[in-house]
Amino acid sequence: MDHLIADAGFFALVITFILALYGVGAAAYGAMKDRPDFVESARHAMLLTWPLLTISALALIWLLVQGRYEFQYVASVTSDSMPAYLRVTALWGGQKGSLLFWSWLMAAFASAVSLRKWDRDRELLPWVIVVTMVTLAFFLSLSLFFEENPFVRLWLTPAGEQVAAMIQPKGASALVPADGQGLNPLLRHPGMVIHPPMLYLGFVSFVIPFAFAIAAMITRRTDDRWIRITRRWTLVAWLFLSLGLILGGRWAYDVLGWGGYWGWDPVEIAAFMPWLTGTAFLHSVMVQEKKGMLKRWNMVLIILTYSLVIFGTFLTRSGVLSSVHAFAESAIGPAFFVFIGVTFVASLWLLISRWDSLKSENQLGSMFSREALFLLNNLLFISILVVCFWGVIFPLISELATGQKVTVGPLFYERATAPLWLGLLILMGVAPLSAYGRSSWKMLGASMWKPMIASLIVPIFLYFQGMQIIGALVGYWIASFVLFVTVYEFWRGAMARRRQHGENFPMALAHLARRNRRRYGGYIIHLGVVLMAFGIIGIEIFQSETQATLAQGEQLTLDRYVMTYDSLSQFDTQDGRNVARAVVAVYEDGEFVGKLYPRRDFYYASQQPMTIPGVRSTLEDDFYVLLVGWEPIAQAGATFKVYHNPLVNFVWLGGIVFIIGTLVAAWPDRERDSLRIRTSAKSSVAQA
Amino acid sequence: MTEVKDAGSGGRTKFIIGGLLIVAAVVYLIISSTQASAQYYLTIDELISKGEDISDRDIKIAGAVVGDSIEYDSKSLTLQFTIVNVPGDLDEIEKAGGLAEVLHIAVADPTASRLDVEYYGPMPDLLRHEAQAIITGRIGEDGVFYADELLLKCPTRYEEEIPVQAQES
Repeated sequence: MDHLIADAGFFALVITFILALYGVGAAAYGAMKDRPDFVESARHAMLLTWPLLTISALALIWLLVQGRYEFQYVASVTSDSMPAYLRVTALWGGQKGSLLFWSWLMAAFASAVSLRKWDRDRELLPWVIVVTMVTLAFFLSLSLFFEENPFVRLWLTPAGEQVAAMIQPKGASALVPADGQGLNPLLRHPGMVIHPPMLYLGFVSFVIPFAFAIAAMITRRTDDRWIRITRRWTLVAWLFLSLGLILGGRWAYDVLGWGGYWGWDPVEIAAFMPWLTGTAFLHSVMVQEKKGMLKRWNMVLIILTYSLVIFGTFLTRSGVLSSVHAFAESAIGPAFFVFIGVTFVASLWLLISRWDSLKSENQLGSMFSREALFLLNNLLFISILVVCFWGVIFPLISELATGQKVTVGPLFYERATAPLWLGLLILMGVAPLSAYGRSSWKMLGASMWKPMIASLIVPIFLYFQGMQIIGALVGYWIASFVLFVTVYEFWRGAMARRRQHGENFPMALAHLARRNRRRYGGYIIHLGVVLMAFGIIGIEIFQSETQATLAQGEQLTLDRYVMTYDSLSQFDTQDGRNVARAVVAVYEDGEFVGKLYPRRDFYYASQQPMTIPGVRSTLEDDFYVLLVGWEPIAQAGATFKVYHNPLVNFVWLGGIVFIIGTLVAAWPDRERDSLRIRTSAKSSVAQA
Repeated sequence: MTEVKDAGSGGRTKFIIGGLLIVAAVVYLIISSTQASAQYYLTIDELISKGEDISDRDIKIAGAVVGDSIEYDSKSLTLQFTIVNVPGDLDEIEKAGGLAEVLHIAVADPTASRLDVEYYGPMPDLLRHEAQAIITGRIGEDGVFYADELLLKCPTRYEEEIPVQAQES
């Protein structure tokens, strides 16, 4: 019975692949030969992809939950000791499953897009179908043709060799392992369970705005129609990607045990790069909507985002980061490389052929106008992207060019991007004060000087509290400046509503946000970023650490904290691990604040150790304790590594505000743009 | 990309200069940061042959751990052990039968180059005979490699890219 389910899952995969190819062909043909019936048929094909892939996904989940270890994938990511909910999440725990998962998510968005009202945009539809279905077909082809099929079974050939295949090889017998290997313990943390789906959702959903951009270029509908259609899609995509990154950071902090949340690891950067261009894109499209400018920028940014999304998936999955040679060995590495190359070049070629039709409708009047600041915003984000890209590519290039492998560490990224981040932070404060159109440094300065002076009280206060580091003081000054400006925007808007409508303050705020979700949602997001900046400056500049081996009863000191080692116990658990758990008592300024339980888990099946810190968290700081070693019971000494992380919880708090802001911005409201009048020559009313 | 009005003399020029300045600044940032933080990734043999040239640079070096050589003083948190040369070229490793096999051969080979390592910090859990150690640090005048960062991989887990816990001092 289970084998029937597996076969159904596999066939659903195959049929979806064929449907995707059909969708591409029918849509393109229908567009070129003016046959709307073909386009409609292609739309139906696209709609069907998700229900079909759901069958595949459910089939694989069934096999995982049932523990059918004769299936190679199931054996590699599950084991008897894993609870059911964890087995479900094992869907994305390994390569084959996560590629299927990616395809399933892509199909979900494709099907959703096929269901929208297309009446006003009939000419865009075929090309949106082509782009999404090409992307889907590519990922499905990885599963079907590049050795990433999750439904293959294990067989033992007569020669004694173990092979994996869909169909029983001649003379071979079925191989059913008694137990599976189990999911890597590092992946069993709740954060790690949600993090890949969030990231994949972010990646996959950016394909939709890209599809519309390509459609707009092909049909020469290069006004802002495609941007207004995809406004919410982009925001949702950005929400998921941001959430995925924040969750990844939180997971690293909780579980990877080095007291930090971002290591500038190439895999982290792989997911970060599309976020950079995505954020720039999110901002830059506002200028196109308001003033019909930066059109070419927006195309470049969305093309880059799409390519970086695929590139990011490629970097994480193909093994290229361990070495260029490993990349060539893996089956899917070259396939990705070719796909990215072809789609990137094709998109660029299309952009170049439509270059003239993407001319700006207005002109950049002044370096201090809001449009110019958005342009600067794009430049800064692209610069950070270039730095990240260089950092990732440099080792590969140097290995290929000189045979000598060189890597760059976190120091490279920190040094090269710090001034750029500072620039962006300043922009966040200055941009709301700027005006579209003619402006001058005098005008901008006039609106800037008050909040700049007012925010000085923060670094001054901190200085007298003992903070001496100039970099931190400047950072806090600018972050406070942004805080003042943003809060002032809310205050200003709410006061205006009060005068006009007589509402009380909270109501005024709520209505303010509702009437202009994008702006005020955006300001909330900026507030979230400010909070994160407070936290990041705190932990990056003021983190301190120590390590020591303590006998029972002994203590260590870090800043104003004292920690005593009380006891340690070691025991086996039901889910197949050995736990060594220490009890320590923490004192702040001499006062007892609590006990912590740092521990070390050792998973027998995978031979994988895992260090879980004991953390005491307040808004002010984290006292973070790792149990890194212990003597056998006779000596009863234990080694601890302790971090003091000031203000780190502002990072998570800021993250929550960030997400709230995005929800405010993305919440659906009444369509108001049919009557929009613009300052440029072209008007959007003509399309109605 | 964007049309610029000639606001007085050199209006357009201002933007171009501004843009070029930013590009120049970014290029400078990249180059200076690369130089400051680039780490060579070497095998022990390569380290020995390069000798003096890199005595002041941060190096990443990989080798097979000799179990017998592991010494740890938990009071001073000082760890000492020896690693054996392992080829860096993946093709060579594959031909020899995979990384686990190569580590096993290296440790048993009395003619392979060895390097003494010293590290201050907690004793890593995965440090054992035939483990692969990837160490970042500098070679001292005494020929001992002083490690800042120690990354250990269990011999059997080389099929997949899994996150590993890095130890830093």
